[in-house]
Amino acid sequence: MLVLARKKDEAILIGDEIEIIVTEISEDKVKIGIKAPKHMKVFRKELLEQVKEENIHSAESKIDLEALAKVMKK
Amino acid sequence: MNIKTKFFGEVKIDENQIISFVEGIPGFPEYKKYVILNDEELDFTFLQSIDEKDLCFITLPPAAIVGDYSFDLSDETVEKLELEKPEDAATLAILNIPEDFKKMTANLKAPIVINTKNNKGIQELLDGDNYSMKHQVFKEDV
Repeated sequence: MLVLARKKDEAILIGDEIEIIVTEISEDKVKIGIKAPKHMKVFRKELLEQVKEENIHSAESKIDLEALAKVMKK
Repeated sequence: MNIKTKFFGEVKIDENQIISFVEGIPGFPEYKKYVILNDEELDFTFLQSIDEKDLCFITLPPAAIVGDYSFDLSDETVEKLELEKPEDAATLAILNIPEDFKKMTANLKAPIVINTKNNKGIQELLDGDNYSMKHQVFKEDV
């Protein structure tokens, strides 16, 4: 993995279209600005991990459909 | 063709019912083909893998959970699904159903979007904080 040191307001370019700017640095947090084409999805990595977890959890659950039908009809 | 299903035994399906998730569904990237099944008793929509009997998501249309559900699809997703107009898209929220059914939650943050014209599907991850991954389906004290 490429690791670059950057100061506040300094940026990194990835290809021609993506720019990542360090906008704020505090003790245990950095704020990052991202300029990228609209068709590119940008999101926090843990969000995708959460979606995976939710999906796995959902698919693994054992459900008694008859019992569920009874509850839903109430 | 016949497929084995998690909840309904062996089911006969038509090839043109198969929904292709080109990228799979997060957590299950190897399974790309699903079919939608419905149950007479329940209003749920079942998203069943045609290759893995035990892989089935129970879903509901988000509009059945929150009346005014709406979101902007990313251009990337519109391209991938080859969506031509919003009316062609069907949306489903994956449910998490615990033993205590009343604590059921719906993932409104990452809806399944299907282009009903070509049966391509994707799980979209929405921007912003409008919707939760664990939205309570039932209000308290039901």
